[in-house]
Amino acid sequence: MALANPKQDATEARIAGLALPQGGCLQTARREALARLREMGLPQRRDEYWKYTRPDTLTQPVAMPAAVFEVEEEPVFNDLDRLKVVFVDGVYDADASDDLEVEGVQIDRIADICGQDIHWAKDLYGVLEAKGQNPVERPLAALNTAFAQDGVAIHVQGQVSKPISLIYIHESETSDAILHHVVRVEPGAEATILENGPAAARFNKVMEIDIADGGKLHHVRAQGRDHERRAATHMFARLGAESVFKSFTLTANGVLTRNEVVVELTGDDAVAHVAGACVGDGDFLHDDTVFITHDAVNCESRQVFKKVLRNGATGVFQGKILVQPGAQKTDGYQISQSLLLDDDSQFLAKPELEIYADDVACSHGSTSGAIDETGMFYLRSRGIPEAEATDLLTLAFLAEAVEEIEDEAIAADILSRLESWLTRRR
Amino acid sequence: MLEINNLHVKLEEEDKQILKGVDLTVEPGTVHAIMGPNGSGKSTLSYVLSGRDGYEVTEGSATLDGDDLLDLDPEERAAAGLFLAFQYPVEIPGVGNMTFLRTAVNAQRKARGEEEMSAADFLKLVRERAKSLKINADMLKRPVNVGFSGGEKKRNEILQMAMLEPKMCILDETDSGLDVDAMKLVAEGVNALRDEGRGFLVITHYQRLLDHIKPDVVHIMSDGRIIKSGGPELALEVENNGYADILAEVQ
Ligand SMILES: Nc1ncnc2c1ncn2[C@@H]1O[C@H](COP(=O)(O)OP(=O)(O)OP(=O)(O)O)[C@@H](O)[C@H]1O
Ligand SMILES: [Mg+2]
Repeated sequence: MALANPKQDATEARIAGLALPQGGCLQTARREALARLREMGLPQRRDEYWKYTRPDTLTQPVAMPAAVFEVEEEPVFNDLDRLKVVFVDGVYDADASDDLEVEGVQIDRIADICGQDIHWAKDLYGVLEAKGQNPVERPLAALNTAFAQDGVAIHVQGQVSKPISLIYIHESETSDAILHHVVRVEPGAEATILENGPAAARFNKVMEIDIADGGKLHHVRAQGRDHERRAATHMFARLGAESVFKSFTLTANGVLTRNEVVVELTGDDAVAHVAGACVGDGDFLHDDTVFITHDAVNCESRQVFKKVLRNGATGVFQGKILVQPGAQKTDGYQISQSLLLDDDSQFLAKPELEIYADDVACSHGSTSGAIDETGMFYLRSRGIPEAEATDLLTLAFLAEAVEEIEDEAIAADILSRLESWLTRRR
Repeated sequence: MLEINNLHVKLEEEDKQILKGVDLTVEPGTVHAIMGPNGSGKSTLSYVLSGRDGYEVTEGSATLDGDDLLDLDPEERAAAGLFLAFQYPVEIPGVGNMTFLRTAVNAQRKARGEEEMSAADFLKLVRERAKSLKINADMLKRPVNVGFSGGEKKRNEILQMAMLEPKMCILDETDSGLDVDAMKLVAEGVNALRDEGRGFLVITHYQRLLDHIKPDVVHIMSDGRIIKSGGPELALEVENNGYADILAEVQ
């Protein structure tokens, strides 16, 4: 009899509850992902990469239930002219979605890509995820590739006139959703992808993004406010020469969020910015884990992560810049900061640089602190009450991250969410 | 208007007495100047009056129009009409100067039960007042005091004062770091606000500012006390002879 292997047992227990979608052109990709997953095993607390964030509720066979949060406020991005692609508890909802016909982009469900012979999507599905397993394992992403129930293939072929807005509605308290999207941006094409909503009680999402030379992708997401929801998300992006990828994430509430971003700059002069603003109150753990690899000349990467934490909330940041041999003239910047509004909250950060080229400029910084007392007194001495002054200084703290959003209307919308979060918590 | 009686202040964290019995009364419509050697407690007095943390009042009182200042939060003192132009204005990254000014003006109005100023009225007023202090549009847009030169920071203090229209203005070395022209601008800004309902307490090391802002009374502070008060000629005496004679005379 084999020795008990808790990691393997936990992995098998999770897999047992899932069915590998049968047939179709993704069969091989799914089988290979399952093999990868079995080989790695699901994450456990002892794993170095999960040192700060307990993975058990993300990996256990049955998701913890999460109440659906009643929000009075109108959902984010509501006032924007956008193409709505709606998922309810992780299942595409054609009725709630717009007609997926917009100039410059083709959108199909993952389930349809085989029938329609959409080669690029078939060739991308699981590929960047598999590549992203090195040098650090990301088993939840492999699980996703194997078992994803739904998702879309977004093919950006020109200048897309309005944002493609992926909306994740949470309806069932026990939903356990796995979504996998693939995105291909053709040379010189440009699009904006928005994501918002709590999605499910437990949400596992992967987005694989392939940006060809000169392509541009803007990505802005606002993760849903349901207090008890849990999410593990991965973005894998591969950037060609002179391409641009800019991603911003707002996270407010949610008991557990792990957002992993894996970017590979493979063509010269590419630009990748990954930013996040997170506000957490109480029973809240938010983890940004970012890995950016420079594998070409004269590329720029920026990581800007800001977290506001109160009432015992925890923020985690693990960010790495890896500069491969030959990736000269790399410009890498990384900053992670937390504003602790009380003594009960904590920020755990592990910034890393690994550089194998000599002509590079990389900087990183991580800080954690309370509201600046001197600034506070200055504002109050002008008649601004303490609560309002705290809000002003908090928004000021978050500004550097929010400024990463290029589109003014979208940035204003995100900012107004942060403002109302602060006001609600006075 | 401002009445300070026998004010004793020590540091909260340390056993160090800084103010050792300050008596001072500023009547509406008057300008009082305070001079005194470095470290004599001038800034401490201004901070204690405006409500900064870190000090403990061990004895004495300070009132503004009869209200006990020492009992109020800093924002309440501001709404009651007290203003301090800081010796070292604070930089606030991420908060636009204009947003800051509007928030402050409206917070004070709200605290006094007045209606908030409309965005349009505010903009008009701030542009007008900024212009007379030679504060350009760029400085209004930038984060509060961030990257401002020393002189720009001081002019920005006066702009805040002009917008808030306080009853009792304390200026802590607003002249230091200003070039001759900027000093004139600042003095004009102050003089424009002088009226019979408003009091000024001007802390300075130099007679020159007082050439532009004519004081009614000049006080000399030393070692936490006001040791001598007199007319404008007292400032001239300090300018010419330093503090040695005055200190000797008092002892
Ligand atoms: N927080 C503090 N910690 C320690 N010492 C302090 C503190 N605040 C004030 N002091 C001391 O109190 C004394 C008075 O300081 P204050 O700044 O009030 O002097 P001042 O008269 O304004 O001087 P200057 O003319 O140099 O501005 C000084 O000896 C100063 O070092
Ligand atoms: Mg001083």
